[in-house]
Parts: sequence; structure tokens; C-alpha cells
Amino acid sequence: MEWVLFLTLALLAGAAALAMVLQRHPVYSALCLILTLFAQGGLYILLHAQLIAFVHIIVYAGAIMVLFLFVIMLLDLRPEEHPPLQFNRIGVVLGLVLAGALLAELALGVGPQINLGPRGPHDVETLRILGNTQEVARVLFRKYLIPFELTSLILLSAMVGALVLAKRRPE
Amino acid sequence: MGFLLATLFKICLVVGLLLLAVAYLTWLERKVIGDIQVRFGPSRVGPFGLLQPIADGIKLMFKEDVVPANADRLIFFLAPALSFVPALIVFAVIPFGPSFVITDVNVGLLYVFAVASLGVYGSVLAGWASNSKYSLLGGLRSSAQMVSYELGLGLSVLGVVMMTGSLSLVDIVEAQKGTWLGILPRWNIFPQFLGFVIFLISSNAELNRAPFDLPEAETELVAGFHTEYSSMKFALFFMAEYANMIAVAALATTLFLGGWRGPLLPPVIWFLLKVFAFIFLFIWVRATLPRFRYDQLMGFGWKVLLPLALANVMFTAALILILA
Amino acid sequence: MVPLWAYLLLSGFLFIVGVVGVATRRNVLIIFMSIELMLNAVNLSFVAFSRFLHSLDGQVFVFFVMTVAAAEVAVGLAIIIALFRNVETVYVDELHLLKG
Repeated sequence: MEWVLFLTLALLAGAAALAMVLQRHPVYSALCLILTLFAQGGLYILLHAQLIAFVHIIVYAGAIMVLFLFVIMLLDLRPEEHPPLQFNRIGVVLGLVLAGALLAELALGVGPQINLGPRGPHDVETLRILGNTQEVARVLFRKYLIPFELTSLILLSAMVGALVLAKRRPE
Repeated sequence: MGFLLATLFKICLVVGLLLLAVAYLTWLERKVIGDIQVRFGPSRVGPFGLLQPIADGIKLMFKEDVVPANADRLIFFLAPALSFVPALIVFAVIPFGPSFVITDVNVGLLYVFAVASLGVYGSVLAGWASNSKYSLLGGLRSSAQMVSYELGLGLSVLGVVMMTGSLSLVDIVEAQKGTWLGILPRWNIFPQFLGFVIFLISSNAELNRAPFDLPEAETELVAGFHTEYSSMKFALFFMAEYANMIAVAALATTLFLGGWRGPLLPPVIWFLLKVFAFIFLFIWVRATLPRFRYDQLMGFGWKVLLPLALANVMFTAALILILA
Repeated sequence: MVPLWAYLLLSGFLFIVGVVGVATRRNVLIIFMSIELMLNAVNLSFVAFSRFLHSLDGQVFVFFVMTVAAAEVAVGLAIIIALFRNVETVYVDELHLLKG
């Protein structure tokens, strides 16, 4: 059952991601990316990370992709006339080599017999009893409190930056 | 197997009743607004116009289905479904009675927000795919408005979540058990009044209802994102809007009015009564207030509601810390 | 149970697709979306590791990545709009002002 769900979601995510890159029309690209993000949310649930799954959907599908669509519609982008992929022989070879290296590294480094090292205290059973949200919050607000506070600085600077950039300057 | 059948039965029951409620909500809205404006409202079809929704449904089904010449056909067909489906699946986590909930998810509230945030795609894509400038403007307005007011909406319920310590809607209803001093029910509306008001205002904006109906302002944009839609596709947008209204009312009931809790009457009746009260309030607001201007809308969302909601979160958190 | 390597393989695949998008597309918006895809591929492996190591640190890191991604989108889209206002294009190969 888990395999069936995983394979369905994985195929959906992979196919939609490929379609996003191959699509000529920006709106369709955005829709394909939304589909990928959804499949990914499903995979998070399969991994027993319910909180992350729904936060992921809210942040990406609910906010970020709406902004993308907004900008695409605002700029009234049309499909590209040129085919999207322009091949450069050296680039293709280099890319294939790099992709092969990455996948080979994955296969060698984290194959079926990998030793992951020591396990933490949060296995699925514990999380079910203590609550996924509650435990993530505990880790976030105790162990990672300072990094968490620092992210507010990132958001603040992004907010100021976006306002400065998007504001029309008086002539 | 038994669990599956029971769930399936519950889903059928909820969806069936919901569709019926949506149909009669259109009648109710026309009747109430008619009364407020000293008119009769629908009164020709059946006694008190009670058969009007059926007549409307039949009419919409037999209308010609027009697709604009340069529309993007795939997305044009997809958009009504994208706006209707999220409106339906919100009800999966709403507790209607003590043991009558389709499924209790431990992140129920986040689920509701995740699903609700998808409703915007329906209107945005409909506006874009119609290939008409009024629709496009409606879609643009809708996307900006929904994203802006989602912030206020999300922050307004944080107080309730902090008081309950859980995101599950069943737990939230459970936490509102009992009374203060023997008379005042322990509903969240009393300690979280500011949050409640912010929730009502921003959910009204999320619903695209007057006074926040700019995406479909008929006097400015003809009808906004669904100008080019006809027949059942138009009906789907309409049904989505009313189903969303019921969903928001049910959510407000669950979060702030103690859900199905109440004395004497059976729980489901209490739940329906409270939902009805909210729906009546929404209709009343629509009949009373004029539409916002667009800059007022954005200014109100970002400069009034968002700071207020943040202040509410800070205040609640401080109070919980002091009292604990 | 689906093993870890299956998730990592998918994550690696999504990352590569993202890289291909960044390297081959002309539309700056689609390049941007490909970057989002890459960030998400990394998130997927974070969550997978978190599940198999019985540790929530990975899920917390996903939070941080999401924050950075949201900030990046806000600034990036503002830059794209400012760019479009000035040069009326979103195609990266038409942006050659520095070439003179």
C-alpha cells in the first residue's frame, strides 16, 4: 500500500517537474510546479511529517505560486517562440556527467545497506503519542531558538527590499 | 471495511446535505435581502418562492455552454472545478456533533487553511483563461486580495490555537466545555473577541462577498473572473461561493462558539443553529455595507487587520504566560 | 516500508530537473521556478532523513528553507517587475546591457 502511494506520488512529482521545464507557456509551467508541490506534500504525509506537509502546501501552493501566477498575469507573458531547450554539445555532455555523478554518489553513499548512524528519540510511535506539531515546536523553540529568531531578520530585510524595488519612483 | 463504509456514508450524507443547503442558501439570501430592501424577493415559483432554486438549477443546466474564441480551453474547463472542490473538502475535518466528524486530523486547522488557500486558483485561472480584460482584472484583484487577507485570517485564529494547545478541531471544541461562574459558556469568543472580529472580517474578504466583492464587482468589472462563464460552469462558481460561506460559518462556530455544544437541544441542531446565525450575519452585512475602494481594501488589510491580529497574538501569549 | 534510497533518488531527480531548468530556459520566471524546485528537492531529502533517523532536526530545517524561499520569492519577483518596467523583457538572453 505504501509502495503504491509512494510510486504514484513520485511519478506525479517527477513527471510534473519535467513538464514544468519542458513547457513553453509560463502559466502551464507554474501549474505543473503546483502539481509537483502537491505530490511532494503527499510524500511528506507518507513520511509522517503532517505539520510540514500542510505548512508546505500553505506556503508554496497558497502563497508563493499565487504570487508567481500574479506576476505572469500582470506582465501578460506569452508562450516562447523558440523551443525551450537549446542544446550546446559540451553543456549536454558536462550536464550528463554531473547528473550521473550525483546519482552514482547517491547510489553508492546511501544504497540499501547504508549505515545511518545513531537514531534520535523521535520515532513514529513517540510522535504519535506526543503529537507531531508539539514535538516539532519543542525542537524549533528550544534547540533552534536563535536561528528561528534570525529568520525574522531575513523576512524583514526581504520585506523592505521588495518594497524598495517594487515602488515606482517619482520622476 | 466497516470503517471505510461508515466514512463513505458520512461523506455522502455531508455532501448531499451541503448541496441542498447551497441551493436553498441562494433562496434565503434573495429573500432576506429582499426583506431588508422592502421588496418581496422570489415569490412566483412555489409557495414563498421555495421552488426557485430548482427552477434556477434546471435553467442553468439547459443553457448553452459558451466558450470564448481565444480562451485557453483546458484551464477554462479546469477553473470551475478548482474552485468548487476545495469548498467541498474543507468539511472533512469539521466536527458536526460529538462523534460526527468525517475524519479527525491532528493538524485539522492547518488542513482547513491549506485547502482554503487553494480556492484562489479557481478565480485566478478563470480570469486568465477567459481571455477577456474584465476577467483578467478580476483574477488579478482576487489573487492580491486573497493572499493579503489570508494573513489576517491565519493570525486571528492563533489565539484560539494557543489557548487550546492543539490544531485538531475536535480538541478545540473539547476545550470549550463547561462554563465560567456557572452561566457564561466557555466559548472562545469571550476571551478572543478581537480575534473573532478579525476572523469574521477577513473571512468575509476571503469569500469575496460584499463589502469585499471587488474581484466580481458587477458595476466595475461586469462580473469579474466569471464574466465569460455560462451554464453549469457558472453554476459551479456560484455553488463554490455559497459552499465556502457555509464552510466559513462552520469554522467560526467550531473555533469561537463552542462548536456543537449547547444545552437541551441535540448537538447537531445547536451546530446548525450557530452556522445559520453566521450565514444570516453575512447576508445582513452584504445588504448593509457599500463596496470598498481597492486602495481602501489593501490598506485596511495590511495596515489595520494585520497589526491588530499580531497584537492579539502577542497579548494572548503574554496572558497565557502570566496565568500559567 | 519504502526505503530511504527511494526518497533520495526522487529528490536527486527533482534537483537535476531543476538544474536543467535553470541552465536551459530563457524566461527568468521559469528559471526562478526551477530554483524553487531545487529547494524543494532538498526539503524532501531533509524530511526523509528526519523520518529514518528518528530526529526532528530535518523538519525544523525545512522550516528555515521555506522561510528563505519565501523571502527570496518576494525579492526576486520585485526585481523581475522592476526589470520588466525598465527593459520590457523577461528573457535572460535579451538582457545584455553590460555587454555594451
